[in-house]
Amino acid sequence: MSSTWLVVVLVGAGTIAIKAAGPILLGGKPLPERFTGVVELLAPAVLGALVAVQTFGAGQSLVVDERLIGVAAAAVALWRKAPLLIVVVVAAGATALARALA
Amino acid sequence: MEWSALRADYRTDRHERATRIGRGLDSGSEDSIETKSYRDGARAVGPFAIAVAGFGISFGVLARAAGFGWLAPIVMSATTFAGSAQFAAVSVIGDGGTVAAAVTAALLLNARYGPIGVSVAPYLTGSAWWRFLRAQLVVDESWALAAQGDGRFDPRVLVGAGLVLYCGWVGGTAIGSIAGEALGDPATLGLDAAFPALFLALLVPQLKARRPLQAALLGAAIALALTPFAPAGVPIIAAAVACLLGVRK
Repeated sequence: MSSTWLVVVLVGAGTIAIKAAGPILLGGKPLPERFTGVVELLAPAVLGALVAVQTFGAGQSLVVDERLIGVAAAAVALWRKAPLLIVVVVAAGATALARALA
Repeated sequence: MEWSALRADYRTDRHERATRIGRGLDSGSEDSIETKSYRDGARAVGPFAIAVAGFGISFGVLARAAGFGWLAPIVMSATTFAGSAQFAAVSVIGDGGTVAAAVTAALLLNARYGPIGVSVAPYLTGSAWWRFLRAQLVVDESWALAAQGDGRFDPRVLVGAGLVLYCGWVGGTAIGSIAGEALGDPATLGLDAAFPALFLALLVPQLKARRPLQAALLGAAIALALTPFAPAGVPIIAAAVACLLGVRK
């Protein structure tokens, strides 16, 4: 097998197993009471991290670039209660514009 | 009560409960979980699916350029279905890295789906196969849309949104890997800023109380602090630790 197909197979099998683990082992059973408070905060914690890393991360370094302009514009659009599609277009458009002008 | 006894009790209870849910007599564990439909999820995910399809085109173009041919990127999107990990694996190979390095990078990026899978597990009922299949539709966007903000998840929103995202991701990859060179790179359109914006849009409705806001800020701070030192993916997994703010004594 070529190395590219090996990567496809191993990453695929590993990811499928990671995604399936929780639902297969614990599926349909309620989590113990004391963990519900933890799960409640998992979404905000992970989403906060994703927003931060995808705004400032560039490989292993942190940079401030045109993405920040896009995300800031999106924040304003969200604050003005714009529909999601507009938020995306505003973010991408502001970033593309800033890049074109740079 | 002993935990094992609780579990045994629960098993006998489960069949009856599943039947009740099937007949629409019961909305699932506790209250009002399955109030939304698959279609609600599919509808809510529309704007995300457009961005994901664009990202898929990007992935197809990049994977082809990295020597993956046209078929392997499509197979990878159909089986792995996790954008950032696929990008990482393909760019490691494209830069002349080893298979082990590429696989490790990708699986570290996907490690967050471990705790994420645990969080949705109580709401994925039914046979092991049915749970397994629906678990594959969990990606950041479908998971966050299904989150009801109180630690509960709507499995139908998860599946409806996940299926639409899956079609967008695999379809986009196919377009990119087969016809990519003619299209150019979607990144010039600012697509890389669309993703943090989308995640921000998913985050905002979750921030109704002080605790989630603290968790989001702490998660962001942990991830940024670790980015220069840890391999990609580790900062996100470490940030998940911020949810321990919610431990009940």
